[in-house]
Amino acid sequence: MGRFRFDLLILLLAIHWSTALSDLVISKLDRRIDLTSQIVRMSLSLKVENTGPDPVSEVSLTFPEYQAKNLALLMAISTEGKGKTKGFSSNLPIKVKQPDDSPPSLIWYAVSLLKGLGKGESLTLEVLAVFTHTLRPFPEKITQAEAQLFVFQDSAHFPVPYNVKIQSLTVKLPSENVESYTKLENTKLSGSEIKYGPYENLPALSYSPLAIHFPSNKPFAVSQELVREIEISHWGNVQVTEHYNLIHGGAQSTGEFSRLDYQARPNVRGASAFRNLIAMLPPRAHSIYYRDAIGNISTSNIYGDSSKTLLEIEPRYPMFGGWKTSFTIGYGLPLRDFLFQSGGSRFLNISFGSPMNDVLVENLTLKVVLPEGSKDIYVSIPFSAKQSRETKFSHLDIAGRPTVVIEKVNVVPEHNQYFQVYYKFSNLSLLTEPLMLIFGFFSLFVACIVYMHADFTISKTSASYLAKLQWDEVQATIQQLHDIINHCLAIHDKLEASLRELSRTGDVQACKAVRKSADSLLKDLSKDLKPLLAFLQSSPQAAHILPKVEELVVKERDLQEKIMLKHTTVVDSYEKKSGGRDIENRVASIQQKITALKQEVDDLLEFVEDI
Amino acid sequence: MTWHHSKSQSQDLNSMMLQESSSVGQRETLSSKNQKYFLEEPEAPSLFPISVLDKSVMVSFRVGLKSSIMVRKSDALNGGSKSSLPPVNQPSSQSDLSSLSKHFSFRTLKLKTKQQELLIRVTILGLVYILAFITRLFSVLRYESMIHEFDPYFNYRTTLYLTEKGFYEFWNWFDSESWYPLGRIIGGTLYPGLMVTAAVIYWALKFLRFAVHIREVCVLTAPFFASNTTIVAYFFGKELWDSGAGLVAAALIAICPGYISRSVAGSYDNEGVAIFALLLTFYLFVKAVNTGSLAWSLASAFGYFYMVSAWGGYVFIINLLPLYVLVLLITGRYSMRLYVAYNCMYIVGMLLAMQIRFVGFQHVQSGEHMAAMGVFFLIQVFYFLDWVKHMLNDSKLFQAFLRIGVTCALGVGVVALGVGTASGYISPWTGRFYSLLDPTYAKDHIPIIASVSEHQPTAWSSFMFDFHILLFLFPAGLYFCFQQLSDATIFIVMYGLTSMYFAGVMVRLILVATPAVCLISAIAVSATLKNLTQLVRVESKPAHTVLAKGMNSTKSLSKQQASLDESASFLKKGAMVLLLGAYYLLSRYAIHCTWVTSEAYSSPSIVLAARGAHGQRVIFDDYREAYFWLQQNTPSDAKVMSWWDYGYQITAMGNRTVIVDNNTWNNTHIATVGRAMSSYEDEAYEIMRSLDVDYVLVVFGGVTGYSSDDINKFLWMVRIGGGVFPVIKEPDYLVNGEYRVDKGAAPKMYKLSYYRFGELTTEYGKPPGYDRARGVEIGNKDVKLEYLEEAFTTSNWIVRIYKVKPPSNRWEIYMDLVDESDGDYGYDCGAIQLDQATGNYKL
Repeated sequence: MGRFRFDLLILLLAIHWSTALSDLVISKLDRRIDLTSQIVRMSLSLKVENTGPDPVSEVSLTFPEYQAKNLALLMAISTEGKGKTKGFSSNLPIKVKQPDDSPPSLIWYAVSLLKGLGKGESLTLEVLAVFTHTLRPFPEKITQAEAQLFVFQDSAHFPVPYNVKIQSLTVKLPSENVESYTKLENTKLSGSEIKYGPYENLPALSYSPLAIHFPSNKPFAVSQELVREIEISHWGNVQVTEHYNLIHGGAQSTGEFSRLDYQARPNVRGASAFRNLIAMLPPRAHSIYYRDAIGNISTSNIYGDSSKTLLEIEPRYPMFGGWKTSFTIGYGLPLRDFLFQSGGSRFLNISFGSPMNDVLVENLTLKVVLPEGSKDIYVSIPFSAKQSRETKFSHLDIAGRPTVVIEKVNVVPEHNQYFQVYYKFSNLSLLTEPLMLIFGFFSLFVACIVYMHADFTISKTSASYLAKLQWDEVQATIQQLHDIINHCLAIHDKLEASLRELSRTGDVQACKAVRKSADSLLKDLSKDLKPLLAFLQSSPQAAHILPKVEELVVKERDLQEKIMLKHTTVVDSYEKKSGGRDIENRVASIQQKITALKQEVDDLLEFVEDI
Repeated sequence: MTWHHSKSQSQDLNSMMLQESSSVGQRETLSSKNQKYFLEEPEAPSLFPISVLDKSVMVSFRVGLKSSIMVRKSDALNGGSKSSLPPVNQPSSQSDLSSLSKHFSFRTLKLKTKQQELLIRVTILGLVYILAFITRLFSVLRYESMIHEFDPYFNYRTTLYLTEKGFYEFWNWFDSESWYPLGRIIGGTLYPGLMVTAAVIYWALKFLRFAVHIREVCVLTAPFFASNTTIVAYFFGKELWDSGAGLVAAALIAICPGYISRSVAGSYDNEGVAIFALLLTFYLFVKAVNTGSLAWSLASAFGYFYMVSAWGGYVFIINLLPLYVLVLLITGRYSMRLYVAYNCMYIVGMLLAMQIRFVGFQHVQSGEHMAAMGVFFLIQVFYFLDWVKHMLNDSKLFQAFLRIGVTCALGVGVVALGVGTASGYISPWTGRFYSLLDPTYAKDHIPIIASVSEHQPTAWSSFMFDFHILLFLFPAGLYFCFQQLSDATIFIVMYGLTSMYFAGVMVRLILVATPAVCLISAIAVSATLKNLTQLVRVESKPAHTVLAKGMNSTKSLSKQQASLDESASFLKKGAMVLLLGAYYLLSRYAIHCTWVTSEAYSSPSIVLAARGAHGQRVIFDDYREAYFWLQQNTPSDAKVMSWWDYGYQITAMGNRTVIVDNNTWNNTHIATVGRAMSSYEDEAYEIMRSLDVDYVLVVFGGVTGYSSDDINKFLWMVRIGGGVFPVIKEPDYLVNGEYRVDKGAAPKMYKLSYYRFGELTTEYGKPPGYDRARGVEIGNKDVKLEYLEEAFTTSNWIVRIYKVKPPSNRWEIYMDLVDESDGDYGYDCGAIQLDQATGNYKL
């Protein structure tokens, strides 16, 4: 393993940090490093004892700079005595606190305890540190058929600035295969775990470098850029859209890519590539889509149950080392699962990071788009992140939707915690957009009506315009005339009906009454008809249709007379109590004429209507 | 009569009624009155010339008003003469009731007939408008909202550029990503109408606060314009014939496959808006000729401008209109209206068209546009002669003047044309124009035009496929047009006949013929249906008067009338049968169109779909897989060489520089690529080095059986390459006139397609290396590459991308080459299919 350079570590070792920071002593330090994925997780369990006289309120942890710059997350939980851990709620505040005389290659983190640690007291600190980009592919370029190997470097002794009584380290590898590892005293390889230690009575900041070279074919999916947009609609939906720029962060692929080899033996020739990713979406996610800049990607599956929705997505091509892809997934979530009310304001409670397992996000931009008209916006995130505001314009927006932008680098699945966005929103604002639509359509129709009724002719005196006006008048007159004739025909029908009634009941008086009213009505109508006809006769525009109209009027009058005659005849006969046969004979000739006339009137009416 | 009253009375009462009617004579007249009621009803529908279709709409429209009346009316329609039975008793109370209700509903609720007609017409048009849009959405349903095929990708890319950078940037865009190393001046070599249209729609929607993506706008542009085309077709039909024909034309064109093939959602191509512009121009021009109005003529000029900005097919307009004017002049239909319409349209249209950079001064300089100019001068001569005739008032003198005048005018015209052509001021006709007039021209002279499948002569089957019953209705419509010859019908006849000829020359020009075919067929349908329904209606009335008379007259009279009645009822029955036949035909047409749209014309051709062994849908998304791989995993300045078909797609989806693309403006460049594709690897390597090629992309269908791959297009590469570089000889690639490759000539294309294919078993029970597209086992299974390496192959092997290796600094390679090139590529490729190749040939 001599081929690895440890400049930094050697420098570090040279510094002898003798003076303990305080009187704290670590009585037991257990460290576990998980190398099974690209994200390296180090969990520490420290038993801290105060041997000095003064109460201590801070515990310092140090990481070498090369690790600290890849430190994505550092969390500490304290459990006093033998108590059980209480979970994340008792996260201790951690901040960088660099002593003046510290070597530059060490970064110090101060964990503030909830209450001072008195003399002789002890507590257990559970620390979780998550690192990204700490696995280095070696060799850096591999062909399709080669396996992917990584080097991990660390110290066998965790460099705390306190004396450590007992310390041990366990490294978990993805498989039982290991290319090589630094063998120190008390080193043991069992299964897929390498154990270093226990080492006893180590001074503060002791350091013992180690390197592990091992194969790993876990997906090294690194999202260089992830933009998550969460849009709230108070009509009942939370729409999440995630734009990924993904790269395979492992060893670079070089040489030919043979589809044949990949198809024939995907696990050998292409072991370093990954085919798919799994996103764990909240339950009841709907309208899920998966696409990229050039369209839908048809290789995806969904498995859902009541507690979660699993979305399995497959990029367009297998991802080999260094290959990139970009895509967008989107889904809708029911509003009631994520939006709550507290006091006068509402808050959105939703998870922060990518829903994908084992995807490392280098730059996350989270946008929460609130409905138009939201006020008093306040964001609460369990860790530090850069915040800003912007405005987004979407459907039917006038002022735009206030948008909270949260940016964070190196986001790991551990960041996938719930965060809250508080805002105030009036329910009435909900109605603005439908009202706008209604108003829009209404004004459209009004415009149509205005257009239909307005006269846009420029020259009101031109011959064609006047002719058109006259023609309109003629048409209106003819329409009136037509209505009158129709009315007359209806009266005729009534008369006929009265005759039928008569034949059924023999009630001559009723029949006569009908006749009387019909007479007066017809008289009125013929009075109405006169001015219309006169107008038509005077209008030059109506010249070509006038004969037909006049014919119609004449025929109609004829018909009217015949019907009257028939009516009179029948009523007379009834009064004289003539036989049915007799009446029929008398009426027959009239009836024949009536039918013929009716036919003619109908034809003429049709013609007139067509004008 | 039993039919009439079957609603209220059961049939078995018939005999009883018969007896009764003879005893009580009075009933007779009464019931004949009743009958009259029902007969009144059909009057209302008779206003609508569209007859059957309308009636059904009309009927359903009235359902809301009064359903019982509706029943009676349809009874009257059907039953009229069926009843030679004597009238039967009708309970008078009921008849009173019905008459009352009838009066109530129609006197109070009835709209004015005009309004009613307007309402129905607008409703039908609205439905047709929606139908035209939604029938084109099959592609979105079956696949997704995406851009189809080849050219639309270029249009999409330029539209994107336009919306992002603005109009001036777009107008001055020099595209360095295509035609490497030449580049392409986009603003000066495209018809911007489509892009500007889509961008304007996009901006308008954005202004109205609709946050849509430009892709959605592009995808839906063609259906939207197809819908608008139906409206134009309606007005055109109305102008040509009557509003009934207009409605039928709108309905026919809304679903005609010939048009749908180029206007489904996603088919974002020039033709989508161009057909609208074409029909609009024609309509406005006909309107201008009919009215002699300057306003309509100006509108037609603007329609022409839009057409010029949208599609190269505008040449059709600028040649058809003068031809039409010429025909009118010859047939003695010269009028002031024509003079105003043509002059205004020609001058303004020409000036406007010059604003399009791609067209420029062609209107005065190119031989294809000279006909319009000639007719323009001719019509001036006509006007002048008219004036002289008017002034002279002496027919003899005028005859002499006419002779001299016409001779002089013709002489001057011919001399001007001759001088212009000889001096090179007027360019001669282009090859594309020739190939339209002479279908065999392209085959002999311009292989690049002949290589495109859209430019093949049309087969009868595709006529049948695209027009269905319209193919039979078209001659019928022509008959009607000739029967009622007017300026407008002469136009549609000429449009129909010329475009039909062009449709026969080239498959893609079926599109241009479609509006004409639909309009002419609509005239046939409308006129026929109108005649038939008139028969049905008119016959029914005399039948009833006869009936009424027959009851109480002598026997001889009744006999006579019975014979009359018989012939009438026969006619009527015949008309009914014919109407049913027409209904059947039209419904078959609708079914055919829907089927064709959903099955044949909705495939985006980027995504291929097939049926799996168990009937499930299998999707081959290899193109996009490859293009996306190019976009993501090659250097951003990489140059990709492929056959020109894929150029637009690579630039649009892969965002990489290509050597040639579908614009095909530089034949030599394409020939160079063709030469590289058909040379030995070392020769090709030299060419590729000289073109700076980094990647080579080939399409290979051997695994999936996809037939329009590069091997099937290979002969065209050879021909086009050979057209410029005589080194490439077609016979070298043929054995006994067949497309199978001999030992000596081992073109590189095969190597790229078949690289490591010999090890793959494609089909169960076949030897490895079995090519499913051609159905043979390949000859040389041991293909080795020297200068290239496989960079990417898609999951179904349809697209294969090779990386060009950097030059080696050793000379050993040449030694290996000698052994390599003697493989036997002996596979049979008798039937070469060239389905997919699409070109950018603007007419």
